Amino acid sequence: MTLGLFYFFAFVAILGALGMLLNTKNTVAGALSLVATMIALGAIYVQLDAYLIGALQIMVYAGAILVLFLFVVMLLNLRHDEFGGSGWAKPVLATLGALALGAGFLSLLPGAFDPPVALPAGFGGYRLVAEALFTDYVLAFEVTSLLLLGAMIGAVILAKRKID
Amino acid sequence: MIPITHSIALSGILFLLGVLGVLTRRNLIAILMSIELMLNAVNLALVAFSQHWADYAGQLFAVMVIVVAAAEVAVGLGIVISLFRNRESVNVEDASLLKW
Repeated sequence: MTLGLFYFFAFVAILGALGMLLNTKNTVAGALSLVATMIALGAIYVQLDAYLIGALQIMVYAGAILVLFLFVVMLLNLRHDEFGGSGWAKPVLATLGALALGAGFLSLLPGAFDPPVALPAGFGGYRLVAEALFTDYVLAFEVTSLLLLGAMIGAVILAKRKID
Repeated sequence: MIPITHSIALSGILFLLGVLGVLTRRNLIAILMSIELMLNAVNLALVAFSQHWADYAGQLFAVMVIVVAAAEVAVGLGIVISLFRNRESVNVEDASLLKW
């Protein structure tokens, strides 16, 4: 049952990613299929006992980041986006390389991992994750807030003025 | 419980799709979305390893990756808007000043 659900959401995620990748006509539709991928990944996080990350995924990725993408796409009016014909060689070579890399990667996977460790009770809930975040990893947390501040200032400056 | 090979296989497939997007698309916004896809694939691997070894570090790094992704999108889309103002285009081939 849970494995069936995982396959379903994995299928949705790959389908959404392919929709984003292959949709060269309509950037809005591409962004919306990426939303499907993000939500499916959020569901998979919940199945992987990462409840907090699943909720954050839906809120931050599907909610904020993709809305920002859609906002910019519509602001720039890119519904019909222009594509320079750069020939077929590069996409074909890239696809072949990715297929070879993927085949090698997937063939290495079976038997590559030790058996899983038993999970403690309450694993992945907000309480225990927050406890770890604010004790052992509090320095990383604070540095993250500085990064966000820097990104906010940078985004405002970039979007405000013209670059010569 | 989901076997970890399944999660890592899905993560690898999504990452390769993102790489393909970065290599083949010409639209700067599509390239940024492909980068988001790659970050998500990495997040999936982190969460899967976190469950596999019953260690919170993976989930906390996933939180950091989400924060970095949000910052990256804010700055990246700011750059896209500046580029569009200057070149009236978001095609990466129109912004080849530094390309030799």
